[in-house]
Amino acid sequence: MSHDVTCREFVDFLDDYLSGALGDEARGGFHAHLAACPSCVAYMKTYQAAVQLGRSVLTRSDEPVPEEVPEELVRAILATRKKA
Amino acid sequence: MPRLLAVARRLLRNDEDAKDAVQEAFISAFRSLHSFEGNCLLSTWLHRVAVNAALMKLRSRRRKPEESIEALLPAFLEDGHHASHPPEWRDSAEALLARREDRDFIRGCIDELPEMYRTVLILRDIEELDAEEAARILGVSRNLVKVRLHRARQALRGLLEPRFRRDVA
Repeated sequence: MSHDVTCREFVDFLDDYLSGALGDEARGGFHAHLAACPSCVAYMKTYQAAVQLGRSVLTRSDEPVPEEVPEELVRAILATRKKA
Repeated sequence: MPRLLAVARRLLRNDEDAKDAVQEAFISAFRSLHSFEGNCLLSTWLHRVAVNAALMKLRSRRRKPEESIEALLPAFLEDGHHASHPPEWRDSAEALLARREDRDFIRGCIDELPEMYRTVLILRDIEELDAEEAARILGVSRNLVKVRLHRARQALRGLLEPRFRRDVA
C-alpha cells in the first residue's frame, strides 16, 4: 500500500492493523494516517472499547449459574450407558 | 458443567434450550469418548462438543431473515474520508462495565446482532476459538469468519454509540 491510506481503508483493515497482521510498509502507512486523522483515532478507540465491552459482559454473568448437575441430565447419561 | 451451560446460554439466549444443548453435548461426548485423542484437555474437548451442540440447536430454530447491518457501519465520502466525525464516548470501558444498567444494555446490543454476526463474535471474542476452528465449526471459510468478525465488532460499536457517545447525557 504505497499511496496515502484513506479513512475507508483504515477502517476496512483496522482489525488487521490492531492484530499486527499488516506488513511493515502497510503498517507504516496506517501509523501515518492515524497521526493525521482524529476521526480514525476516535473510531479506533471506540471500536476497541466495543470489543472489550462485548468480551467483558459475556464472560461475567450477572445471573447465577446453577452448580448442580440437572437431574434429567444424569438420567439421560445413565440411560445412554445402559444402551451402550 | 457451569462453564458449558454458560457457553450454551451465550449462544442460545434461552435457559431451557441451553440446558437441552448441554444435555445433548454430554450424551454426544459420552458416545464419542472413544474418539477423544487426548491431544487437548478433556475440558477443551467438552467445550467444543458443547459449542457444536448449541450451534446445531441454533440452526434447528426457525430462521428469520437476516437484517442488514449497513446502517451500523461507518459512512464515507467519495474521497474515502469519514462522512462525519465519530463521537468520543463519555466513559472508559471500565467505568461503563461498573454499571449494571450499562452491562445490561451491552448484552442487549449483542443480542440484537443478526445471528451470523453474533455467533462469530461469541465464538471468536468470547469463547476464544481461533479463526480456523470457528470456520470449521460454522462450515465457512476462514476468510469469511474474519470478515464477519470485523463487521460484527463494527456493528456492535454502532449499536453502543447512541447511548455511550459523549454528547448524550
